[in-house]
Amino acid sequence: MAEMDVSGGGKKGKKGKKLSTRVDLTPMVDLGFLLITFFIFTTTMAKPKTMEIIMPTNKEVKDSNKVKDYTAMTMLLSKGGRVYYYYGIGSDPMNPPKVEVSYFQPQGGIRDAIIKLKQNIAEFKQINAGQPGVNAKDEATILIKPDSTSTYADMVNALDEMQINGIETYALIDITPVDREFIKLTEGANPDRANDK
Amino acid sequence: MPKNKLPRQSTHVDMTAMCDVAFLLLTFFMLATKFKPDEPVVVSTPSSISEIPIPDNTILLTMNPEGLVFFGYDNQDAKKLMIADINKSRQLGLSPQEMDDFAFSASYGSPLEELKSYLATPSIDRKKFPFKGVPVNEESASIEENELVYWVQSARTFGQQINGKAPFISIKADSKTPYKKVKAVLDALIDNDIDRFNLITSAEAVPVGTAAYENQMSGNGG
Repeated sequence: MAEMDVSGGGKKGKKGKKLSTRVDLTPMVDLGFLLITFFIFTTTMAKPKTMEIIMPTNKEVKDSNKVKDYTAMTMLLSKGGRVYYYYGIGSDPMNPPKVEVSYFQPQGGIRDAIIKLKQNIAEFKQINAGQPGVNAKDEATILIKPDSTSTYADMVNALDEMQINGIETYALIDITPVDREFIKLTEGANPDRANDK
Repeated sequence: MPKNKLPRQSTHVDMTAMCDVAFLLLTFFMLATKFKPDEPVVVSTPSSISEIPIPDNTILLTMNPEGLVFFGYDNQDAKKLMIADINKSRQLGLSPQEMDDFAFSASYGSPLEELKSYLATPSIDRKKFPFKGVPVNEESASIEENELVYWVQSARTFGQQINGKAPFISIKADSKTPYKKVKAVLDALIDNDIDRFNLITSAEAVPVGTAAYENQMSGNGG
């Protein structure tokens, strides 16, 4: 460890011992690293990130902008990280939508369905341009309906997916009994999946 | 044959450079980090690609995996006024010392009646306090009947007085918190015309090839 200064002691001359100006820095290094360790353990890096969400208040219940069926997609968040989705609003009882299941995952998950929705809308607009009810400004609209069995992570993942895919119009709304029925019909056939992407 | 033996090499290593590095790192950590707030619950938040930093002057509602709500506020001056007011209007019978203590303490998550016994607990044992969560009344969102609303509204009132600006509301919930519980909290606040929330999430890379990625690449940011 600490080493005595011996550099000047080689020759015994008439002159006084030449003392080295070198200082042993080992303890200082020890101290430095000790403090670093302390700081690593007791502090956090910078500030956590947040996701801003603005909810509609109950006072402004206006039905001014109806969702167009061809731009709409509904996501039902259920337990085990399952996401049931269908295109359209699904309000026509005579013509129930085709409900499919997906998961929050980087590949082959719900993201592909959202990308497909955007493509479908672009195509539809091209084909039906000028028709009544088709506006060039129409954008994808996603209705997120978390079931009571879903977790907070599902909700955040769904909102995150909106951000990732650049969906500007989306709403977090209550699930309806009809939607619950959709889930029930396909439940059991689909395995649970870990929640984290 | 060589006459002299090789000179004995010293085992002494020059520590100056090492010392420089150590202190450089030390400085970096001191400047780039901040102390972990002492929170009563450990929460692992879900991740998102959001990059909005948490605003200052924030009411922090922490929710553990079971859905218990903890109330925290980083503005200690406002917290002092707040607790004095709560103590008066709800007759909690706290001493001035206990009120000071509350202003500097971490998040609190139990009904108001238990606040006194919580503050009587030595600070080391407070993490083990049997928290029941701030009660969220799903039936009513009025200040009188919903304690969560009461806490938040009183923090907003006094935060406004001190900062001149109503505090933000951040929600830090665990990935496993049931959506029902989160919704109950949101609904109670929405009923009181509070509609803006910051959900605390951990950072995540933007997936390549998506709309958000292209947006970021074109320099518009996230």
